[in-house]
Amino acid sequence: MVPASEGASVKSEADVSAIELDRRAFRKKQSGRSVGISLISTVVLGVLVWLLVINTPGWALVQQTFFDPKIAAEFFPSILLGLWLNIQILFFAAIGVAIFATLIAVIRTLRGPIFFPLRFLAAAYTDLFRGMPLIIVLYLVGFGLPALGVFPRVAPEVWGTIALILTYSAYVAEVLRAGMEAVNPSQRLAARSLGLSHAQTLRLVVLPQGVRKVTPALVNDFVSMQKDVGLVSVLGAIDAVRAAQIAEADTFNFTPYIVAGLLFVAISWPLIRLTDWLSARQQRREQIGGTV
Amino acid sequence: MTDAQPVLKVDRVYKSFDGKPVLRGIDLEVFQHQVVVVIGASGSGKSTLLKTVNLLEQVDDGQIFLKGEDISNPRVNVDKTRGRIGVVFQQFNLFPHLNVLDNVTLANRKVHGMSREESEKIGLEWLDRIGLRDKTKDFPDRLSGGQQQRVAIVRAITSNPELLLLDEITSALDPMLVGEVLDLVTDLKAGGSTILMTTHEMQFARRVADQVIFLKDGVLLEQGSPEQIFEHPQHPELQDYLSRVTTY
Repeated sequence: MVPASEGASVKSEADVSAIELDRRAFRKKQSGRSVGISLISTVVLGVLVWLLVINTPGWALVQQTFFDPKIAAEFFPSILLGLWLNIQILFFAAIGVAIFATLIAVIRTLRGPIFFPLRFLAAAYTDLFRGMPLIIVLYLVGFGLPALGVFPRVAPEVWGTIALILTYSAYVAEVLRAGMEAVNPSQRLAARSLGLSHAQTLRLVVLPQGVRKVTPALVNDFVSMQKDVGLVSVLGAIDAVRAAQIAEADTFNFTPYIVAGLLFVAISWPLIRLTDWLSARQQRREQIGGTV
Repeated sequence: MTDAQPVLKVDRVYKSFDGKPVLRGIDLEVFQHQVVVVIGASGSGKSTLLKTVNLLEQVDDGQIFLKGEDISNPRVNVDKTRGRIGVVFQQFNLFPHLNVLDNVTLANRKVHGMSREESEKIGLEWLDRIGLRDKTKDFPDRLSGGQQQRVAIVRAITSNPELLLLDEITSALDPMLVGEVLDLVTDLKAGGSTILMTTHEMQFARRVADQVIFLKDGVLLEQGSPEQIFEHPQHPELQDYLSRVTTY
């Protein structure tokens, strides 16, 4: 943080008054003190928690079963290979969700009696898939749809991706709809009075502004999906979680799960930070009170 | 003027919201190159009148003709009709996610099928005229309220509308900035634009209007040249209104 006095000052160091110099010296001392205090309190808390955990009666056993560095090193490559499948699924699912959720959100904003059946279907879809646990959708799509015998044989991860798209599109569509409804109605009026059609108004004016308004929520949903791709393992796809499960069956040790978990955290961490940064920026802007 | 067809003819227009009458049989005409100013207290129906002309509100009865075509007929193409009429509101006119030039060129590109080069040439000429050429790539939130309104007016005028509607375009502005916006309207009049506007700026109405119309509770009470309206108001309601708005 730059103190306001520094940012706004146009005076050179030489002609600042003695009073201001004294104020600056005081502020500098204060901020140095704050950094020191936060450093010490963090270290103290960390040590306390550490001591508490290693002094529990079962710690030795837990350490052996969950935190064995040798097993972690041994199975790291296979789990990392599994993670690559998760990343691929995530990539295609994200694209699928972006397209399908936008479509649903737009359908839900359509007016006019002719669109009633579409609107009704879209509303029913979002209600159903927001309520249904992802794991059940995975079973239904992954085992139920292929059993119909009309689809060509494809890998289980493809069905898993479809199930993810179905579930997450329901959430994302609602987020997008909220964003579109938050766009000031006079923006619609302005667009319509320029002669833009309903579709053009949606595409050129309402959607771009709506998406900006809900970006933090959208990134949050993406982060959530990033860890849920691990659930496709229930269909038998060899992803990071499945690879860890295979390793666990080999060794009777849970360390591979910890490895897989940490890898998921590692890939989602940059985006989690990004969400925080986006929300903070949006809050700052709104508090300034722009015209947007 | 007598033989020419009016650009806009409002004929016996009625409108009510939830049973509350807002417009009660309005008749008015706007001829080519004329500036017609509608005055009246808040709630007198001024804004609703402009909204019905732009088809943002449906009339309950009566007709609205644009160059002789009945645009209140539900069979006319609403988008096409709106493309023929330029509109500027009190505020929130500009699209915050588009820069100044894209705001100005949007209608020409998307509604009138103009190429980007052609529309930008026209847009830049206009921005030059209002002294905002250096703001071309800025986003609306970087502009003052007066600059935003001037850009909004230019955006409305670049597609050569047959009629320009200005609805209290200076009401949300710092008094310092009212002048620059009204100066632009004066320029447009000199350039031959046909304008129907509502305003609370009586000095401006007196100076620029060809016709002044006084609305009270949805009824057109008096109509005439600025001189007739401001120097010799007939109706007691108009006299009362003018004495209130010009006291301070």
